[in-house]
Amino acid sequence: MKPHSEVRLLDTPFGSRVRDACEVHQWEDWKGYLTAAAYEDVELEYFAVRNATGVFDLSPMTKYRITGPDAQAFLNRVMTRNVRRLAPGRVGYTVWCNDAGMVLDDGTLFHLAEGEYRLCAQERCLDWLQWSALGLDVAIADETADVAALAVQGPTSCATLRAMGLDGLERLKPFGIARFPFDGGELLVSRTGFTGDLGYELWMAPDHAEALWDSLFDAGRDRLIRPMGTAALELARIEAGFIQAGVDFVPAEQVLRHGRGRSPFELGLGWLVDFGKGHFTGRNALLKEKENGSRYRFVRLDVDGNKPAEESFILDKSANVVGHVTSAAWCASAKRNLALASLEMPWGRPEDDLFAEIYYSREQRWTRLETRCTVMRGPAWDPPRRRQTPPADF
Amino acid sequence: MTDAAFDVVVIGAGHNGLACASYLARGGRKVLVLEAADRPGGLAATREFAAGFRVSAAAHLLTMLDAGVARDLGLEGHGLEFAARNLKTVALADNGERVVFEDGAIGGVSAKDQAAFAEFRRQNRRFAKVLAGFCSRPSPRLVDRRKSDTLALARLAWDVRSLGRADMRELLRVGAINIYDVAQEKFESALLKAAVSMDAVLGSHMGPRSPNTVYSYLHRHMNDDAGAAGPAVVKGGMGALGEAFAAAAEAAGAEVRYGSRAVRIDLSEPSSNEACRAAGVTLADGTRIETGLVVSNADLKTTFRMVGPLNLDAGFVRRVHSFRARGVTAKLHLALDGLPEFHGGDAGDAGARLLLASSMDDIESAFDHAKYGRFSPVPVMEISIPTVYDASLAPDGKQVLSALVQYAPYDLKEGWDAGRETFKAICLQRLEAVAPGIGESVRASELLTPPDLEAEFGVRGGHWHHGEIALDQALFTRPVPGANRYATPVRGLYLCGASSHPGGGILGLAGRNAARAVLAGEDSG
Amino acid sequence: MKKYDAIVIGAGHNGLCNAAYLAKSGLDVLVLERNPYIGGASVTRELHPGWKYTNCSYVCSLLRPEISRDLELARHGLQVIPYHGGVTFTRDGDHFGNYPDAERVYREIARHSLRDANAHDRFETDVMKQTRLIRKFLMSTPPDPTSLRPRDLRGLLEFASAFTEMGEEGLLDTIRFWTMSIGDFLDEYFETDVIKAHMSGSGIIGTALGVYSPGTAYVLLHHYMGEVDGSIGAWGFARGGMGSVADALAASFQSFGGEIVCDADVHRVIVERGRVRGVALANGREYRANVVVSNLDPKRTFLQCFDAGDLPAEVVRRARNFKIRGSSGKLNIALDGLPTFNGIAPESPLMRNDMHCIDSLERLERAYDDWKAGTWSEDPYIDMLIPTTVDPSMAPPGKHMMTIFVQYCPPTLASGPWTPEARDAFGQTVIDQVAEHSPNFKDLILDCEVRTPHELEDEVGLTEGNIFHGELTFDQLLFNRPFPGCAQYRGPLRGFYLCGSGTHPGGGVMAAPGANAAREILMDLKRPDVIPASYPDD
Repeated sequence: MKPHSEVRLLDTPFGSRVRDACEVHQWEDWKGYLTAAAYEDVELEYFAVRNATGVFDLSPMTKYRITGPDAQAFLNRVMTRNVRRLAPGRVGYTVWCNDAGMVLDDGTLFHLAEGEYRLCAQERCLDWLQWSALGLDVAIADETADVAALAVQGPTSCATLRAMGLDGLERLKPFGIARFPFDGGELLVSRTGFTGDLGYELWMAPDHAEALWDSLFDAGRDRLIRPMGTAALELARIEAGFIQAGVDFVPAEQVLRHGRGRSPFELGLGWLVDFGKGHFTGRNALLKEKENGSRYRFVRLDVDGNKPAEESFILDKSANVVGHVTSAAWCASAKRNLALASLEMPWGRPEDDLFAEIYYSREQRWTRLETRCTVMRGPAWDPPRRRQTPPADF
Repeated sequence: MTDAAFDVVVIGAGHNGLACASYLARGGRKVLVLEAADRPGGLAATREFAAGFRVSAAAHLLTMLDAGVARDLGLEGHGLEFAARNLKTVALADNGERVVFEDGAIGGVSAKDQAAFAEFRRQNRRFAKVLAGFCSRPSPRLVDRRKSDTLALARLAWDVRSLGRADMRELLRVGAINIYDVAQEKFESALLKAAVSMDAVLGSHMGPRSPNTVYSYLHRHMNDDAGAAGPAVVKGGMGALGEAFAAAAEAAGAEVRYGSRAVRIDLSEPSSNEACRAAGVTLADGTRIETGLVVSNADLKTTFRMVGPLNLDAGFVRRVHSFRARGVTAKLHLALDGLPEFHGGDAGDAGARLLLASSMDDIESAFDHAKYGRFSPVPVMEISIPTVYDASLAPDGKQVLSALVQYAPYDLKEGWDAGRETFKAICLQRLEAVAPGIGESVRASELLTPPDLEAEFGVRGGHWHHGEIALDQALFTRPVPGANRYATPVRGLYLCGASSHPGGGILGLAGRNAARAVLAGEDSG
Repeated sequence: MKKYDAIVIGAGHNGLCNAAYLAKSGLDVLVLERNPYIGGASVTRELHPGWKYTNCSYVCSLLRPEISRDLELARHGLQVIPYHGGVTFTRDGDHFGNYPDAERVYREIARHSLRDANAHDRFETDVMKQTRLIRKFLMSTPPDPTSLRPRDLRGLLEFASAFTEMGEEGLLDTIRFWTMSIGDFLDEYFETDVIKAHMSGSGIIGTALGVYSPGTAYVLLHHYMGEVDGSIGAWGFARGGMGSVADALAASFQSFGGEIVCDADVHRVIVERGRVRGVALANGREYRANVVVSNLDPKRTFLQCFDAGDLPAEVVRRARNFKIRGSSGKLNIALDGLPTFNGIAPESPLMRNDMHCIDSLERLERAYDDWKAGTWSEDPYIDMLIPTTVDPSMAPPGKHMMTIFVQYCPPTLASGPWTPEARDAFGQTVIDQVAEHSPNFKDLILDCEVRTPHELEDEVGLTEGNIFHGELTFDQLLFNRPFPGCAQYRGPLRGFYLCGSGTHPGGGVMAAPGANAAREILMDLKRPDVIPASYPDD
């Protein structure tokens, strides 16, 4: 066998199933794992999430197990939100910052049991976590390869999982955690996701991965289950208005040019910052920002017309550049032309006249548009079923 | 009982802590100084290492004390007496050769070397003056400047320019390189080069070939321009200096409490719109002293250990952790029956500051061992025999020899429990070679290794200067970004020890500059 | 007698670059080369029939893309092929493989330390921050901080503003980085010996300092500030060896009408009434020009090419004191086939880049201690490459050429001058170290050229064999390079200039010194500036 490192791309625990299911062979390198960008057709996969059930293999997500007497104190020191308020059996969305209050990454924090947590994130941050743990009695283990994970998302996801035998899952509230016996092991289910819809994430030891995939797809066949690739997920997350590290902001430790990082306030995540909970890394800087004002505002824009405003400049009515789009897509379910954008302060107020500079080509002819944008107050896609407990059975 | 009556609590009655307390008290603040030991001075201490034999336990010669600080505090009025001043320095080679530095001149070398040394000294005094000017103020912010920072930078530029083109060029040329190359370029005598190098490496984890040693040389000679032509011996040992500082602080209105070991710097309860502030100090016995301002004379790592990592940003903790403060200097104390006689020397040598290093390469190879966690098989030394001037330190007719010995790395591979006696024997052997018969007259001896200094004086790493004085931890960046202007990321907590700009040596400037920062209400932003 | 507009002494890459720009601006330029071939230390030689030895400099990254493009080096035959890979072998038979993609590097570091694998991103980011800063100053003349001329003041302001852009904390980190040792710097990121050892090599290559000598973090920068096609820090092979760089520069120069004369050993620069008038060769022949440019190192230039009386005493003194201690040796080896190495697959892609056999900073530092003591390192740091894994033109098919750069090797031995026996013993030390990790290595050797600083001085003309034409310490960098008063490419006499690696921005096959010197010369001659500006780098 070749040494581990000589293999260019690794298979996830679902590798055999993913390879079988991926008909169009559109592959991506995600954290060194072979990942399907699309399985059959991006549109079908996207609509599976909005109409039935889409399954996404998120095993390459970075996962850390955090345990020990000081685990909570440690996490409260790292995270901007108050981890003390995260009860066992609950999951919280969170960000963490460097000393300057610039966001290192965002992710979900699972309070698995008293004093036992899992942090799930896009970027690796063990170095930062270990520096943050200096002097504390806490153990941090990278369990990325030890946990196989699937996102099961869409209106029929609950019914599908119940059909697979997860009795009582319907009682699980958003951001809750439940455990079920499965295949001789324990299947951990959280009602979380990156699609803004009803959905669950499944966490299991890798040696049960193939059985899990097979049972899931058996159970979901009648409810139109379908694997989804990164392209469809991207559409869904933009529609839901979720930000992504490396796309909508540069993780602070990767910033080369002074000032290019973003604080939680500048990403519209001020609600995740709890100044009342005691000290955390970046607190002083963020207090100062709160006092002196932020440099940027992160907004969701509804762009007139139907041409996606990808990589567009945002202009004021005198055509001055006041910001740029970080992610954009036509959102087929919300029927909006959505753009996530970072604007210089004070731009981004509801009353501002803003325009997106869009270039598009049709049959070799390029067109430049300055299209009016409206600052949205809430997410473009936020169906009631996302929160409804128990979810409707379809 | 609470002591909210105190505006400022200073942790540590080292000379900088006491200087800081004095200036703060004079500035109208109610100041309490907490000292773990039962005497003031910190590393400026006198110690009875054998019955009837006392010695300056750490620093043993006074070379750098800032004249302004001494004057402001009226140290001489508070009991500071010198047993001797302007000591000559004698560099001794193994072959009996000697180079003598006296009153700014030099003997024992060629006329060419004498001229070269005169020019070297002239130039260095001018450089030292620029440096002393810079060190007498907090280092300015470089980017997020306020008006005072811009002024300070302009002043630095002006001072450097005022050197004139030739000297400015020389400063910009040699400022960041090693003493080895500079000495090679300027001097002929190996012993002279060695003596100059010793001034550059004493107390440092560096050898003559290490770039940065020109800077450490300048640091040591910072006060040359102020007049002293050699070090001084404090009457009663260096502890008397600490007592004078304490007397000055008390006279200024500060209270000094001994036997009060601070173990924690308490912070205010977090509120939703304020940064945590220093709110008090908790002592080892559990006593809590409330105050609005805390100034720490402890070294960087000890200070922030008292704050606790949870109250600090992780990036800052990383910086504190990475601060290099592993001591390499040991202290050897000998109780002697009589004055040793140094070979090739004259009777006056015993009263001189003696340097034991024959060549730069000898120092460098002594250092090479420390790089790998070993002590030098042939160590280099700075020796003082204070009893020549101050008979009170020893029983009648007896003598005390005090030596700084390098290199003795803090983290000795074999461990100091195993290595101590061997190294002590090596040191005695080394002395025997230049002072035949000295071994016979040793009544008692003591070797304080860096871990001993750590335990005795509470300085992490047992580092002489509270942290390496190398350019990456000096001037603008000392000790670490975020705490490089006395204020720290913890509001109301300031540093005033040798970890801070301008660094180690008995200077008093860190204490004075810190007091000014406190009085001006500086923050670390 | 024909009078040239300018004469360049030495057909190294900087001399040729300088000459090309002078010729491009319309001057009549002559380049004089002592050897029968051009290139200086940027040379390819067929010393073993069928094998091309790139026997001094051996890899390419620093060559400024602005120059390469502007002088049409591609049209004149230069191809730089990027390579990837790299490996450090450890004594226990394991290795660290520096795979070309970030994920495998992560997994490979994680094999040694998970924490180090995570810290690697931060390391790369922090080094890149510093790299971006220094890159701004490569294609410009350093301002003299002691001068009050508007041009220098403007230069200082630009300098200050670039530093200011780093932000307060960023600038303090820059100060730290420039003044610390590569060992201390790495200690702030990594815990594993082999990882630190692998990352530290760039801090000491060509340098008479150890990994724990302050200032070596800056030297690391010197090896990171290049690029291949916009990929900053990447390295490549010049197809056909580094001689291709010199050949392309020469062709470019000749396309502008320039003239090169080989076997022309300049004996003396002719000085008349305080200004230069030309050069005299060792054979008595004279060439006249009012501009003379030296591509030789500063020591050789001022101490060997002038009558001492023609120069100010101060310049002679400074030239004498100029630090140019050689610290490197080189082995060039013709191999009968591709060697295998313990722990990695035969023909592993890791062999397509730098390979090393030293696995800890302590071993590296000890290698330096040997140099200080005046001997070659018993356990040297080697930078070993097999260009034929990427470039098929260097050896017959199936055969290979190996280049081994060796640190440390002193200019003279404590026991006396180099002898052929000592040289061979040095070569054997290196071969033995490689053989420790490659069982078939010794059997494959068909020919081996061993070069100590002595050969580098003797054959190439590098004083004391210093590959950078002078050490990269702060007394000899930026506005101090080569020494104060001569740091803007101008010599002490009217019409005399320096254009070699002894000037800013220093050594490596960069061509920037040659181009910057040309800009100064054209300015003095009041001719239009034909030297390209740096590509803007946001």
